[in-house]
Amino acid sequence: MTNLLSRLLTERDWLMTDGATGTTLFNMGLQSGDSPELWNADHPDRIATLYKGAVDAGSDIFLTNSFGGSAARLKLHDSQSRVRELNRLAAEIGREVADASGRDVVVAGSIGPTGEIMEPMGALTHASAVEMFHEQAEGLKEGGADVLWVETISAPEEYKAAAEAATLAGMPWCGTMSFDTAGRTMMGFTSADLSRLADRLDPAPVAFGANCGVGASDLLRTVLGFRAAGSEIPFIAKGNAGIPKYVDGHIHYDGTPELMARYAVMARDSGAKIIGGCCGTQPDHLRAMRKALEETPKGPAPSLEEIAAEIGGFSSDSDGTDGNAVAPRQNRRRGRK
Amino acid sequence: MSDEEDDIILSELNDEELVQQMFDDLYDGLKEEIEESVNILLERKWEPYRILTEALVGGMTIVGQDFRDGILFVPEVLLAANAMKGGMAILKPLLIETGAPRVGKMVMGTVKGDIHDIGKNLVGMMMEGAGFEIVDLGINTDVDGYLNAIKEEGADILGMSALLTTTMPYMKVVIDTMVELGIRDDYIVLVGGAPLNDEFGRAIGADAYCRDAAVAVETAKELIARKHNQMSA
Repeated sequence: MTNLLSRLLTERDWLMTDGATGTTLFNMGLQSGDSPELWNADHPDRIATLYKGAVDAGSDIFLTNSFGGSAARLKLHDSQSRVRELNRLAAEIGREVADASGRDVVVAGSIGPTGEIMEPMGALTHASAVEMFHEQAEGLKEGGADVLWVETISAPEEYKAAAEAATLAGMPWCGTMSFDTAGRTMMGFTSADLSRLADRLDPAPVAFGANCGVGASDLLRTVLGFRAAGSEIPFIAKGNAGIPKYVDGHIHYDGTPELMARYAVMARDSGAKIIGGCCGTQPDHLRAMRKALEETPKGPAPSLEEIAAEIGGFSSDSDGTDGNAVAPRQNRRRGRK
Repeated sequence: MSDEEDDIILSELNDEELVQQMFDDLYDGLKEEIEESVNILLERKWEPYRILTEALVGGMTIVGQDFRDGILFVPEVLLAANAMKGGMAILKPLLIETGAPRVGKMVMGTVKGDIHDIGKNLVGMMMEGAGFEIVDLGINTDVDGYLNAIKEEGADILGMSALLTTTMPYMKVVIDTMVELGIRDDYIVLVGGAPLNDEFGRAIGADAYCRDAAVAVETAKELIARKHNQMSA
């Protein structure tokens, strides 16, 4: 399957993706509690400005404003009947910005989690998860997205459902998880687990990786986990610009452009081929990251100690891949379930 | 792997062994076994409140500790809480009947604009596991929803959850409204959610930020005790 992202991945050593969507829209006046996706119809100019911010800062890939564009999420705003339209618009605005840039820019159709727990722990069935993701995927495809970009996933079941939906829509796809709980996803999935899962899926993702989570240092540890797991599939690093702080009624992330520039170089040296930011990452951060990636020669992968010294400490001692994690208690009945 | 140990007969265990086995069964999320054990203890004339505190709360405390320490994750905790719920369903009517002491009541909900409820539900389950009474307002809760509920329910604690940086500032809207109405100090306000931290909790005027469900339980117990001390002082 030839697509723009796959082609760029073969031509280039690294690609830069974008930064924050939510943080940026908030700064443009999005009110707490409002659906960002409704702006695709109500304020297309602002969404174009969001995309242009990333493209002008040097991003090769940007994600569409459709993270919460599944029926499960739009239901909250009583807009579940507008899934197709809002996703199509998110991609259409993106297509225009990408085509006007005069260079190769990938429009990645963002698909976030449903926010529900899947069977058998929760109520969401595999079939309805696939159906919701598929509906969203068709809208993004219709609007001209080059690739689907599943992000911030915690459960392997949901990752698989999204992969299946991408296949149904006939679209190449990427998928990242959020490793925010002691270096694992909320569901206890490790970086090594995701690497193995990506290898098993057919069709495989164009790239897999990590986004959001805790801070930039935790994300780099996760990337080192991908590297150690040894998949042939390219991987993605999309970390938050530090930790959120509350300043004058707004959320402000404490990661400076300089810190994110260092993070970007370390992510590349750790083996990530697609590098970007997540929450709090503004165009100024992206510009600094691009510059650093272009100007800094590729070096050896950093050690955990180097990451901690330059970017900051980790949120937990182990991320579950180093053999040092404490195993659950082995009770007498365990194993007979 | 443990075929030879498949034949644990709960009714043949003495009280101490049975409670220990309940800790294990809660940890492993075995609902039917927990229900059976609760019934056995009731037959042995244990007070419902004693079963709740010594067996169920005791077992869930271990689950909470291992969750806090990154040893157990959401799927295991959901299973454990489900097992706990099975036991609670038996005990609840009996607790009311016997007038068992009240630990505290919490009204909780995910803030307006946010539909994430996995973490909030975990907090609710663990708080129930610790004996608190929970009124769950669900997702997408606005100021009026929270304030009406804490008043009507006579709550001790207000718990707010947010998983998005775009929705977490709404917590301040709620707290500011409580301050305006002069009712802020009547309640303990706890906040939680992945993008939050201690500093954020302080900045918006909450009593505490709780990193996870286990910390929420510990914090709630501590603040309730402090409140009682202040009232008697």
